[in-house]
Amino acid sequence: MNTNTQNDSGGSKARGMLRAAGRGFVLAVVSLPLAVLCFTLTLVSIALIPIGVGLVTTPWVLTGVRTFANRRRVLAAEWGGVRIPAAYRPTPEDANPWTRTFTMLRDPATWRDLRWLPVDMTAGFLTALLPAVLVLYPLEGFALAAGLWRTMTGGPYVEYGPYWYGFVPVSDQTSAFGAAALAAVVLIVAHRYAVTLFHVHFRLTRAVLSPSESELAERVRVLTETRRDAVDTSAAELRRIERDLHDGAQARLVAVGMDLGTVEMLVDKDPEKAKQLLAHARRSSADALAELRDLVRGIHPPVLAERGLGDAVRALALRLPTPTEVTVELAGRADAPVESAAYFAVSEVLTNAVKHSGADRIWIDLHHADGHLRISVTDNGKGGAAVGTGSGLTGVERRLGTFDGVLAVSSPAGGPTMVTMEIPCVLS
Amino acid sequence: MRVVLAEDLFLLRDGLVRLLEAYDFEMAAAVESGPELEQALAELKPDIAVVDVRLPPTHTDEGLQCALRARRERPGLPVLVLSQHVEQLYARELLADGTGGVGYLLKDRVFDAEQFVDAVRRVAAGGTAMDPQVIQQLLARRGDDRPLARLTPRELEVLELMAQGRSNAAIASRLVVTERAVAKHTANIFTKLGLEVSDDDNRRVLAVLAYLDRDR
Repeated sequence: MNTNTQNDSGGSKARGMLRAAGRGFVLAVVSLPLAVLCFTLTLVSIALIPIGVGLVTTPWVLTGVRTFANRRRVLAAEWGGVRIPAAYRPTPEDANPWTRTFTMLRDPATWRDLRWLPVDMTAGFLTALLPAVLVLYPLEGFALAAGLWRTMTGGPYVEYGPYWYGFVPVSDQTSAFGAAALAAVVLIVAHRYAVTLFHVHFRLTRAVLSPSESELAERVRVLTETRRDAVDTSAAELRRIERDLHDGAQARLVAVGMDLGTVEMLVDKDPEKAKQLLAHARRSSADALAELRDLVRGIHPPVLAERGLGDAVRALALRLPTPTEVTVELAGRADAPVESAAYFAVSEVLTNAVKHSGADRIWIDLHHADGHLRISVTDNGKGGAAVGTGSGLTGVERRLGTFDGVLAVSSPAGGPTMVTMEIPCVLS
Repeated sequence: MRVVLAEDLFLLRDGLVRLLEAYDFEMAAAVESGPELEQALAELKPDIAVVDVRLPPTHTDEGLQCALRARRERPGLPVLVLSQHVEQLYARELLADGTGGVGYLLKDRVFDAEQFVDAVRRVAAGGTAMDPQVIQQLLARRGDDRPLARLTPRELEVLELMAQGRSNAAIASRLVVTERAVAKHTANIFTKLGLEVSDDDNRRVLAVLAYLDRDR
């Protein structure tokens, strides 16, 4: 049993060594030309920016570099078990070349990629190739001992003196055995360290390619802030709901109960008065229902629960006094919290548009692409809307921030105003 | 008149059964979920279905979808949809086929038994019963509508009641005027809105609703 296990582990180690050598070889051979190509194209493309050509080519080239780097991230996870997080900033899809180029160039992740490429084509290349060399080189040593030494030292090679295998000069069968001994040592080293060495390659990649600590710290800061906002907002919401229930529905139900108690007392003595009170009680309960309905709409609109975001926004648009066109392209439903945040964000933006813009038309577009829910609300009003002027857009920004969503406002004086919102999410 | 009722909350279902039976309706079935409703509608062929929008198992708009499907298979099947909230979006979907026999009311309306039963009878007879809130939403959206602005306050009142699906006689008794006066108002409204006058009550209601729901 014991022997078997040892054989197994020895066998699996040998397989691991061969796999590391094979993969390393492929990786080295394929990635070297690609890395050189990426690096050269990037340098040329950036150099061409001043004459304009670079503006068009740079986003393409940098996207290629990112694809290459991402492919290597996947390989690092699959082959080396090393996770390398990617931290690219989202680039606006439909922006002009100028914006795209400079958004990408301002992204520290881009520069990290460019620092990584030269490292990858040198140290990265060597560390990937080394396991293959350690496995292949001993084969030559054994071949020399098996008789290859005659060919390598005889015939036309005579004038070159002894054949050097590593540091062993091979000139006869004895020294050829010496070479074989060295080969055996190298093979043992390979057997023991090939896999580790291969992993060194991925660790090197991670060291250069993963986001720096300051970026992570920035991310933590943003998360802390948005979480605090979310907690504050939901606490305030709860307080508002409590107050509304307390002053509204609850109070009305108390009144209904009181009316009914009085009716009980009056029903024999003064039926006419009792009837009046009954009517009053019915009105109170209807009012309580109406208030609860409004309250529910403010917590989670029923259409949203019943139909999802698309129809909820359509229903919202139908309630607006301004004619509104809604276009929805959603293949499924987002998570309930995301739907809710998106709904209230749209609702707030629409309220703003109706109240302040003076627009007589509004267009809403909802679609999902590249893992993002994208919503734009456009009106033909007088413009001049901005985040942070107490316009309610700050609240929207905060609401979306909880879900890593972003808000952008384009509202030149004279209009039109376009508010774009983006929330990363998946549809199911 | 045979009724199929679908409502998932026991208290409301029970109350509605008692109310309808008190007014001499025959309860063919009172079910609590979408699939049961589907089956009951197919097998029992009721004269009218009274349906809650939100039903198990999905607790989304299962009841509404069920009713819409049933009406596609049996055009004109009278359906009265009840809900805790009314949406113009849903009203539009119910009215889309233009055949009538449709009701859409807030659940609160059962408080007034007479009015509610009247709505059930109207829908079963192929008429329309739209919740006052739906009509108010429709009217509110047309704040700057020129032809509507030309109506007198009295004509607006008549328009609102008409859009809810009420007959001339019902409007007359509600506003405490003669039927002839209502007929005169109605004729004025149709002229001012540029709609074709029709003697058929139901066709008139649908024309008014279509006008109010039309995009500007």
